Amino acid sequence: MKNKPSTPGLILNEELLFEKGKKGRNGFSAPKRDVPSFSMDEDLTGDGPDFPDLYEVDVVRHYTRLSQWNFGLDTGMYPLGSCTMKYNPKINEKLSGLQGFKDAHPMLPQEVCQGALKLMYDLEQYLARITGLDAVSLQPAAGAHGELTGMLIFSAYHKKNKDPRSKIIIPDTAHGTNPASAAFCGFKTVSVASGDKGILSPSDVADIMDEDTAGIMITNPNTLGFFEENVKEIADIIHAKGGLVYCDGANMNAIMGIVHMGRSGVDILHLNLHKTFSTPHGGGGPGAGPICVVEKLRPFLPVPRIIEKKGKYILKEKCSDSVGKVHSFFGNFGVLIKAYAYILSMGIQLKNVSQLAVLNANYIKEALKNDFHLPYDRPCMHECVFTDKKQAEHKVTTLDIAKRLIDYGFHPPTIYFPLVVKGAIMVEPTETESKENIDLFIETMKTIAKETESQPQLVLDAPKIAKVSRLDETSAARKPVLTA
Amino acid sequence: MMRYLPHTTADIAEMLETIGISTIDALFSAIPEACRHDKDLDLPEALNEWDLEKHMNALSNEMADSSTYKVYIGAGSYSHYIPSALSYLLGRSEFTTAYTPYQPEISQGTLQAIFEYQTYVARLLGLEVANASMYDGATALAEALLMALRITRKKCVAVSSAVHPFYRQVIESYFKPTDFNVIYLPFLKNGRTDLDALTKSDDLACVAVQSPNFFGVVEDLAGAGNVSKQNNAILVACFTEPLAYGMYKNPGDLGADIACGEGQSFGIPKSFGGPGLGMFASKTAHVRNMPGRLVGRTVDKDSNRGFVLTLSTREQHIRREKATSNICSNHGLCALASAMYMALLGGTGIRELARLNYDKAEYLKAELKRNGIAIPFEGPTFNEFVVEFPKGFNKKSKKLLKKKIIPGLSLKPYYPELGDYHLVCVTETFSKEDMDLFVREVFS
Repeated sequence: MKNKPSTPGLILNEELLFEKGKKGRNGFSAPKRDVPSFSMDEDLTGDGPDFPDLYEVDVVRHYTRLSQWNFGLDTGMYPLGSCTMKYNPKINEKLSGLQGFKDAHPMLPQEVCQGALKLMYDLEQYLARITGLDAVSLQPAAGAHGELTGMLIFSAYHKKNKDPRSKIIIPDTAHGTNPASAAFCGFKTVSVASGDKGILSPSDVADIMDEDTAGIMITNPNTLGFFEENVKEIADIIHAKGGLVYCDGANMNAIMGIVHMGRSGVDILHLNLHKTFSTPHGGGGPGAGPICVVEKLRPFLPVPRIIEKKGKYILKEKCSDSVGKVHSFFGNFGVLIKAYAYILSMGIQLKNVSQLAVLNANYIKEALKNDFHLPYDRPCMHECVFTDKKQAEHKVTTLDIAKRLIDYGFHPPTIYFPLVVKGAIMVEPTETESKENIDLFIETMKTIAKETESQPQLVLDAPKIAKVSRLDETSAARKPVLTA
Repeated sequence: MMRYLPHTTADIAEMLETIGISTIDALFSAIPEACRHDKDLDLPEALNEWDLEKHMNALSNEMADSSTYKVYIGAGSYSHYIPSALSYLLGRSEFTTAYTPYQPEISQGTLQAIFEYQTYVARLLGLEVANASMYDGATALAEALLMALRITRKKCVAVSSAVHPFYRQVIESYFKPTDFNVIYLPFLKNGRTDLDALTKSDDLACVAVQSPNFFGVVEDLAGAGNVSKQNNAILVACFTEPLAYGMYKNPGDLGADIACGEGQSFGIPKSFGGPGLGMFASKTAHVRNMPGRLVGRTVDKDSNRGFVLTLSTREQHIRREKATSNICSNHGLCALASAMYMALLGGTGIRELARLNYDKAEYLKAELKRNGIAIPFEGPTFNEFVVEFPKGFNKKSKKLLKKKIIPGLSLKPYYPELGDYHLVCVTETFSKEDMDLFVREVFS
């Protein structure tokens, strides 16, 4: 390596806000008081909350310093498997802040919010076309929320057919939100394992599919990084016994413009706009998890629906089969704007996005397969899974490798997921990383592999360059301190 | 080349060589023909940044936003000033582009900020612990009811019909596939929940009351607390306007075990209804049943103070189908915005701003009353209240819309029995001149 990847920097310590301030200070410009004081009911009024009084400079310094303790996508690469940490376009931030969107009340009369209604209507159409499904709801506020909505639709569909079902088939590689969402709707999870190739086998599904099973929740591509090649046959098995197919679309970044979900037999799919469609992660949201469904499930979508009639957009509140509302208003409109702008910026290049994401992942897989154990040595999609098997011989674990990557300026990949792979290290570079960035990542991983053999303490003691060293998570849980 | 895509032809060629294939298409050979698109995606031609901006400006210009219209609606989405310092700080990409803080060593910014947020929310609501956020007030309330059912192991919840109608719809949706029961409590002539209507029950998990309620009326939370106790149930207090707690007694002090609601008023733009902020707090005793992420304080190897996500065994990534909720991504950046807001406002500032909102609304109420408009609900309100406009007000509404005034929200679609009642909201963003003009126009 030419230069050191990191140096000690200008990182200053900063107390909690509750350790600062003086009574009477103020950081908010008081609006003019142009009305008299009115009497209040003394029984109901209290003293107000115990917040510190801070002045603007203290607050600005506080959050500026805190921000400098964070690694963000704009700092460096986040090869987090199943998270699709792609670049967050700055123009989209500006556009979601346009006055007409930002300051619009959600209950405006429809004739004066046509801009927003058109944006949402068009976004629904684009997402339907991208996924190859027929109707979309933008209401769910996150992927898990989309999954819940999908499960509500499963439940409503079977109830309407007077055919209540109690089980859902879920692969053991599924993200935890899948069984959690199914359980929310009272479904019992029936687990199915992936076969030797890392994908589901139709006969395994056929063995457990019955008429008490509402359907299956698959992730495609799955969390091992593989396309479920037998998806159509599996969907046929499910459909033959009256079930539905739910697809977790978290890994959509691998297949845009290539895979047609409708033709694959999928009935409901959720998308993660904060993954595939470039909206920022925000340190834990807000995201958006719209759902796309086949025509027969359109009547079950949440209300209100947006209808277009002669160039005007109307909200339809009454749809008798709808699962109802899952959000107080229309969903995360401010996030939807960014995804919409991203789609308009890319157009059919969304297919290139997927091709390059898959190219990047396979390149990493080939480059590192001699340094890190690869449980499935076959072409992957947009992410690949390694394990710490080789490094374990030197008592170095996946966790240690992850922490050492930090010292080299990378956010660690996803670790210990999927659960079925012991010591999993899931790497998803995304298409927005250049060959140079990826070569640097590869070189870094090789360096860590060498350190594991010759100087393991460097890896075990990592990270060294972060503001804190490894934290005691055990006592944090045993004796929780959750407020100042 | 598209500016987010770095691969040159040479890059691609080198990478294909390393992989040992000749074309990118070969990477997708495992995908059966039957599963593929057979033509290019039907999407508009890609727009450059300049044309995209023009397109979006055109859409934005078709919106009645607060800068050009006077919109006297609250109903779960409120107009409040957002300090420039807040917008500036929130735009820092180390906050916006960061991932969930699963790697705490490089996420101390987010983690300390959320720990501070949790502290602010707990103090605001008078409870002991708050989570790191949920999606919005409606889903937070639905989750609060499910939490109460878990804690008490009972099957029934009582919800006031003065809770926001959309929140009640979300509750209905969440509860449909379960075998839990929801009973609704009617409201009285004074606009408050009829607590006496609750018939004694052994199977009641909680009583849920919104305060200030959908009519803007401040409820008798202490009374609701007593009724809950009599039924061995939990009091769940929810809200759509947290600024009210800058001056009114908080739910924790009045007996709520769980308090939840919409935090959008605190530094988050209305943005046509989302993203908002689900604030959620409870007593410590219930923490292991709480949904959502929690940030806890700890130390590192060198005894430096640090923060981590904690009590994760409640959550989906550990407990899967046995988790307290399915929530994963929450509304971290919105929680951060609200913490910045509470920081800038301060304890003194929030009392003053709450008081100003109260007085502005009381001023409009008094002026309307003085001119003969009936105020049907006698109870104390905060920054919104119900008025009874004269019959056939719809015609007047349409005229006012042309003058860029939206005179509140008609309650007919939500409470048909309330006929011509309108819900009118005033915040610190409305001047005396605005309100005088509103009154003049209503009576013109």
